Amino acid sequence: MSAVEVGNKTGSKRDYSLVGESTKRAVETGLASAEWYHTDVPRKVMKELMQRSDGPAIRDTLLWIALILGSAVGAIWFWGSWWCVPFFVVYGVLYASSSDSRWHECGHGTAFRTRWMNDAVYQIASFMQMRNPVQWRWSHARHHTDTIIVGRDAEIAVMRPPDLLRALLSFTGLLDFRYSLPGLFRQAAGRLTDEEKSYIPEMEWLKAIVAARWHVAIYVATAGLAIYMRSFLPLMLIGGPRLYGTWHMVLTGLLQHIGLADNVTDHRLNTRTVYMNPISRWIYWNMNYHVEHHMFPMVPYHALPRLHELIKHDLPAPNPSMWHAYKEVWPVVLRQLRYEDYYLKRELPPTARPYKEEFHNLIIPAAAE
Amino acid sequence: MSEWVEACAADDVEEEDVIRFDHAGRTFAIYRSPDDEYFATDGLCTHEKVHLADGLVMDDIIECPKHNGRFNYKTGAAKGAPVCVNLRTYPVKLEAGMVMIQLD
Ligand code: FES
Repeated sequence: MSAVEVGNKTGSKRDYSLVGESTKRAVETGLASAEWYHTDVPRKVMKELMQRSDGPAIRDTLLWIALILGSAVGAIWFWGSWWCVPFFVVYGVLYASSSDSRWHECGHGTAFRTRWMNDAVYQIASFMQMRNPVQWRWSHARHHTDTIIVGRDAEIAVMRPPDLLRALLSFTGLLDFRYSLPGLFRQAAGRLTDEEKSYIPEMEWLKAIVAARWHVAIYVATAGLAIYMRSFLPLMLIGGPRLYGTWHMVLTGLLQHIGLADNVTDHRLNTRTVYMNPISRWIYWNMNYHVEHHMFPMVPYHALPRLHELIKHDLPAPNPSMWHAYKEVWPVVLRQLRYEDYYLKRELPPTARPYKEEFHNLIIPAAAE
Repeated sequence: MSEWVEACAADDVEEEDVIRFDHAGRTFAIYRSPDDEYFATDGLCTHEKVHLADGLVMDDIIECPKHNGRFNYKTGAAKGAPVCVNLRTYPVKLEAGMVMIQLD
């Protein structure tokens, strides 16, 4: 299992704005758009792993749609009685959690071989996620260029010092109604923030605004229908699932980077692979193999277990379960409340190529106390 | 003035694949299509300057290894976000089993 070690990076406060001091520093020090560490994989093998096919994603997507429609029908049928609850539990997780991994994989264009299939699922899943499909394509590209580089990465879920209340609230989906939904309304009104403009190229601004308008139009129509029907049912089916179905997405997704190093250029230091049960893995489309995904984003979700077997000799040992990972992370985030430079440094097996200590400037244990 | 430069042996590139070719401080990508034709483009993605030779060739498309941006390597056309700027292409010919590209 991984060892906890401490490092002191800069001693200064982190500024997570994408147009602030940390941004300037990341660019000046070469952390932005840097060359990242990759495990050596022969080209022939990698080519095989990268191969696309429609089969696995079509099978998974048909099952996904059938489960969504089936649970929705059950929820509608039993609406007004307690029997609708289990149907909403299933529907909520499918709508608000499993759509995150579909959004993600189709955004990379790796789920299906056929482009329009990726695009169609991407658009639907973006809506379910309350994410502007144009904006988030660009923010995710940035996340891959500058993973957990402070001032550059637009998708850092837990910043330092950690806001535990916010992390807890994210399980309820409330934050989507506090930030994502008003953000869509603002964008629909034609306004992008400076941060958004920092990672969306100008030629895509109008597209982002139009996409936000479509989303807002659907929410307004749903609210109108609810008023007309004098029923919460339409809101329970559209938009509302974010409140009661997001928990699984957060449960799995928080573990991707929480408690690990920031401002490094080796995914083995800032990203975590966790073994999960088959149901969570299906909902999450194998994104539990997260180090592997970040190192080789061209490899489709269904090939990640094979990639993992191939390169695990060069990676820190994966957490054997979510429970194990949270147990490991909890004391780290508590410590970060007082000492934000504290983080978990994961040990490499003897078969791995070592971290480039001199570049990452990692270990000054005494400074942590 | 343009010149023809020897890039690699025809056999160096597998079918439906790409390799990198560096010349005079520049880097290029040499492609062999599924129907056994050869093409050449600039070697770096127009999004963030990543070597396309580490990417994946599918039919007419080269997919960049960093953010999966796609180009038609025959025309250089960028096929949508996150790549918005076209790739430069270069004329290619085969001569005595060698792939030649025309540079200016
Ligand atoms: S570097 Fe090629 S798509 Fe981003």
